[in-house]
Amino acid sequence: MHLPRIDDAQPFCPRPVESVTNGTLNSEMRASLFITCYNDTLYPETGRAVVALLERLGVEVEFNSLQTCCGQMHANSGFRAEAFSQAKRFVQIYRDAETIVIPSSSCVAMIREQYQGLFEELGNERLRRDFAVLSPRIFELSEYLVDHLKVEDLGAYFPHRVAYHASCHGLRALHLGDRPYRLLAKVRGLELAPLANTDRCCGFGGTFSVKNAEVSSAMLTAKLQDILATRAEFCTALDNSCLMHLGGAMHRQFAGVRTVHMAQILAATETHPIEELP
Amino acid sequence: MKGPESLARNKPPRVQLDPRFAPPFPQAALPVLRNTQLRKNVAHAIDVIQSKRARLVEEKADWEELRAAASDLRAHVLDNLGHYLEEFESQCTAAGGHVHWAADGTEARRIVLEIIRQKNANEVIKIKTMTSAEIQLNLFLEQAGIAAHETDLAEIILQLGGEAPSHIVVPALHVNRSQVRDIFAQRMGLPDLSDDPQALTAAARTYLRKLFLTVPVAISGANHLIAETGGVVIVESEGNGRMCLTLPQTLIAIAGIEKVIPRFQDLEVLLQVLARSATGERMNPYTSVWSGVKPGDGPQNFHVVLLDNGRSDMLRRPVERQTLKCIRCAACMNACPVYRQTGGHAYGSVYPGPIGAILTPQLQRLEHAQSLPYASSLCGACYEVCPVKINIPEVLIELRAQVTNREREEPRRFFDPLYLGLRIASFILASPRRLRLAQRLGRIVARLFASRDGWIHVLPGYGARWTRTRDLRGVPSQTFREWWSTRNKGEQ
Repeated sequence: MHLPRIDDAQPFCPRPVESVTNGTLNSEMRASLFITCYNDTLYPETGRAVVALLERLGVEVEFNSLQTCCGQMHANSGFRAEAFSQAKRFVQIYRDAETIVIPSSSCVAMIREQYQGLFEELGNERLRRDFAVLSPRIFELSEYLVDHLKVEDLGAYFPHRVAYHASCHGLRALHLGDRPYRLLAKVRGLELAPLANTDRCCGFGGTFSVKNAEVSSAMLTAKLQDILATRAEFCTALDNSCLMHLGGAMHRQFAGVRTVHMAQILAATETHPIEELP
Repeated sequence: MKGPESLARNKPPRVQLDPRFAPPFPQAALPVLRNTQLRKNVAHAIDVIQSKRARLVEEKADWEELRAAASDLRAHVLDNLGHYLEEFESQCTAAGGHVHWAADGTEARRIVLEIIRQKNANEVIKIKTMTSAEIQLNLFLEQAGIAAHETDLAEIILQLGGEAPSHIVVPALHVNRSQVRDIFAQRMGLPDLSDDPQALTAAARTYLRKLFLTVPVAISGANHLIAETGGVVIVESEGNGRMCLTLPQTLIAIAGIEKVIPRFQDLEVLLQVLARSATGERMNPYTSVWSGVKPGDGPQNFHVVLLDNGRSDMLRRPVERQTLKCIRCAACMNACPVYRQTGGHAYGSVYPGPIGAILTPQLQRLEHAQSLPYASSLCGACYEVCPVKINIPEVLIELRAQVTNREREEPRRFFDPLYLGLRIASFILASPRRLRLAQRLGRIVARLFASRDGWIHVLPGYGARWTRTRDLRGVPSQTFREWWSTRNKGEQ
């Protein structure tokens, strides 16, 4: 079985197009994209979709090339000092950013839940203060769209049956609630497939997926059964880390379901369907 | 039917729940993952409890307020633990009880044995108690020649079947009805027993009645200790605990020092959240409060053993101390997706699940249970359901940092793939230039392993842990930052 690949389409460079909301957005909106280390390396198409999507909405996207990683992997593995270095770098390079958009709920959760503790333990007063000021300007992608831009209809077109996997960090750390569903509901042609046990972890868990590979795989099997039962063509999420784990098993098992980050669904339009996205 | 005396002498359980000897979690999980019957039993049992709990929490409009009140109450106790323990001691003593202080399991076991010896008893009956399991009391008493008979139905099943408990509230949830029938039929000498629940409980009742009426000493735990009255609170479903509390002449309650609460009135909040969280009931069937001695009514000798066993060390640590707020409802293990796959035995501790993963390493030496803080995907389901708001993921991460801080100094860990990988990653991620180089290099290396469809099916060494069950999409030909820089050049 060969499915068309959605990651290796040739980049094209759209100019910012007119906003689908007909100018309801402030034309001077600017967002700095924190792409995250693994999206940068393994899922660049997600980053390209975020750029296409935000520019379509009239947001000027910046990319600070000094960025690397939020430090989650190190923090959750007990490497406090290393995580602190990443946290410090993040605050230093985004100190003056207007808003920061991150297409990964687990990285946003890391920043919101752990940075303060790291700064209290290892940092100084300045860092703590800067982070406190910066923190409200950090958004996960769906938060940025629904809460900050206050748009739900993004003019997207994606004529497929889609199951939404609510990643644990999005669900329980960020409390994204119905934001992702509201965004998906407005995508033309999209048929949302109800997924059972949405609040149950897929078993990725960062290094958990290799440190406890067998247990992680057992959890994955349970999640995969629920996804396959939806008869969806695509499984989407706001976290490529869960999708890497789920998609890896789907590919291994010839499951006939593909994973795709929600940014790519929201960026797809009739004129630029997903395969042609930058 | 065989007499209880002969039944209580068991072979030790096949599964080792002493963290000092239990294998690390990933290994201990393997036999369970292969045991499809056990996994089915566990998943079915916790799905039932979970849905009951969800329904009852839903109907409680003020659930979050209740939860906040319970959490604040437990935090207040920990902030004033010394005060409330002393108050409990003086109230309990004034009511005719004896309070003993045990610094660790050894002391607690010695105190219990002395009391039993004073009464010239060679048998005791037991109410289900986690604290006695924590100090491995049954094994110790057995070695001292004293038969300890469990009276909780699930504990009877385990004791007779030579099974280890796998849950703190429903310890035999990994055993199904027909397995219970087999255990009872064989051990009670009832070959014609059916697996009808009524027949099974009737068999247990006959077995228990004789014990209740003949054994002179009972051992219990405590759900709460009331400082104001010196009372010991026992919460249960079957009423067998109340038999133990009322019929024997001597009662010994073993309780962790954190179990104290200020006032009788505090039960209002705690019992509401406990029953809903633990068994998915509005109220548990039997709640007994035992305060001191009443002449001619119930046990005439009443002892309370207050067990520290590492708890005052936990109290001193700012992040970990919240572990002591626990009221042992087990909602965390019912909600845990890891526990749902592995059941309790893989944790190698009498305390399994998320709470066990943080409690066990702190009660024991960390190195005896250092795989447990990693036995979690940090999904946060445990924190969400915890009725006293213990942030279990936060404690897990704190304990991981302690494990890492110690291990990373060990020379033999230098080439441990995970440690090496994280050190290299840290070096790379410290500079965008290094990251760009590593991304380019990684792309070349990944190509060596990729098959024609661009996916990686097999990785060597540590990477095989991923590719045994999952493929890995190959590394794309262009990183995001490369795309960004060419795009901007194109625009200029």
